[in-house]
Amino acid sequence: MSDLRELYQQVILDHNKNPRNFRELPEATKKVEGYNPLCGDHYTIYLDVDGDTIRDVGFTGSGCAISKSSASVMTQTIKGKSKEEAERLFNVFHKLVTGEPGDTSTAELGRLAAFSGVSEFPARVKCATLAWHTMRGALEGKEVISTE
Amino acid sequence: MTALAPSPVMYDVERIRRDFPILSRSVHGKPLVYLDNAATTQKPNAVIDRIVRYYREENANVHRGVHYLSEIATNAYESVRTTVKKTINARSEKEIVFTGGTTEGINLVAYAWGRKNVAAGDEIIISAIEHHSDIVPWQMLCQATGATLRIIPVSDAGELLLDEYAKLLSSRTKLVAVGHASNALGTINPVKQITEMARAHGAIVVIDGAQGIPHLRIDVQDIDCDFYTFSAHKVYGPTGSGVLYGKEALLEAMPPYEGGGDMILSVSFEKTTYNALPYKFEAGTPDIAGVIAMGAALDYVASIGVENIAAHEHDLLLYATARLQEIDRLRIIGTAAHKAAVISFVLEGVHPHDIGTILDQEGIAIRTGHHCAQPLMLRYNIPATGRASFAMYNTREEVDALVAGIGKVLEVFG
Ligand SMILES: Cc1ncc(COP(=O)(O)O)c(C=O)c1O
Repeated sequence: MSDLRELYQQVILDHNKNPRNFRELPEATKKVEGYNPLCGDHYTIYLDVDGDTIRDVGFTGSGCAISKSSASVMTQTIKGKSKEEAERLFNVFHKLVTGEPGDTSTAELGRLAAFSGVSEFPARVKCATLAWHTMRGALEGKEVISTE
Repeated sequence: MTALAPSPVMYDVERIRRDFPILSRSVHGKPLVYLDNAATTQKPNAVIDRIVRYYREENANVHRGVHYLSEIATNAYESVRTTVKKTINARSEKEIVFTGGTTEGINLVAYAWGRKNVAAGDEIIISAIEHHSDIVPWQMLCQATGATLRIIPVSDAGELLLDEYAKLLSSRTKLVAVGHASNALGTINPVKQITEMARAHGAIVVIDGAQGIPHLRIDVQDIDCDFYTFSAHKVYGPTGSGVLYGKEALLEAMPPYEGGGDMILSVSFEKTTYNALPYKFEAGTPDIAGVIAMGAALDYVASIGVENIAAHEHDLLLYATARLQEIDRLRIIGTAAHKAAVISFVLEGVHPHDIGTILDQEGIAIRTGHHCAQPLMLRYNIPATGRASFAMYNTREEVDALVAGIGKVLEVFG
């Protein structure tokens, strides 16, 4: 059970049950769909970008606990950040869940640290990164993102 | 617990399990509980050893050499045609085309029969519970010819609505394609009746037998279908080989599917004469070892008896259904009266993917996802299900392990 508790940490279970920023943004400047055709996870990410700043983020959709909580935590993490900072956080998160060594301390990771267990479950990395890839695609001006 | 009849007495599941070496391995430190048999079955020693023997002692190309090994290999390969003919009660070996599997069989019919016989304005009927491989080739055929695809709807229980099917049939119907059993729901379709109804309108019938052959006795003459296709790997054989059965007159009238060696009698740059049945549809060097090992798999199933396997699996289906229904938050998707040993389920508040990961940590392999049947998931308004599918070697203890595993899932998710 210990590996499982590592994966399904309290933060993840909590955000799965009560996802934050789980709503459409009428004022969104960017709206992108992300889906994983393999498992059917499907989200829409809304970004309200003002110049270089991500003023607001929201998301809707459905999927597993890992993908949903990850989307939820992501919205909290990048809200108010610059595009460049969001890109940096994408890389930090990606390293964390793929088990690549990174130089970010646990304190700095904050809520993201809850996803450290994912690296022990390679089949679930795509779940954890779906929303992040979608957000990044939105910043790059794409309309649909699919991971396989 | 409801009292259920005990497993059939003569059926020695422990002896059968010993024939499957992989079943004694462990996964994440727990004994493997393999419940993903609708995706692919495990292989008995009889099949594994047959592949090894072929490569160690008999390997040569078929139909090509006068030398000793080529003759041995050709005989072994061709004798599987007879095994298949007997297994599905075809009339002749000419009706048995070896393929790479179910998918190739369906594509072969869609291409070779379809392009010649289907035109704009015609209709092709499939069902709402088909596997993607029994949807997409027909969509492609419709796109190429201007024909229309019609869908037999399904009840909440997962049974095809035959009254609706009757309304879809008309003189425009050229072809009806349905699965013998659904990989996602377990529903066994009344293929004989479906065929009879199509026949009355002059349509031909293709049965996707991928989930039929592992669980049922197949009699293509009794069903009276025009084509029946299956994969060896779902019936304890290797991946990479399969069968397309077709009525001789239809196969005879069809153009070849692929061109190449083996499918010709003579080639010149001016004119090529195609080979006789079934070779006309077998271009290039086939998966010789795969076909020979498929024969070993069918022999193995016959040695146990498909009726005995079906009875054992039915017992597991009833037992597992009863035990799973004890779980409050669990709902079984697919409750047809006539079912193969496949149980799709959803758990309130927990996504199937998370169920799959947690069960995997317990050594339990189930399938989670849309089971290559996305239109079906849409029909039931669910993104995915968990699916436990049973085979001849599964036990009631493994069902208990599954139920305990789902208990762990509920523990984690609270
Ligand atoms: C009902 C059904 N049809 C077709 C297929 C495709 O079989 P294969 O991938 O072996 O060609 C499957 C396998 O998943 C199946 O379950």
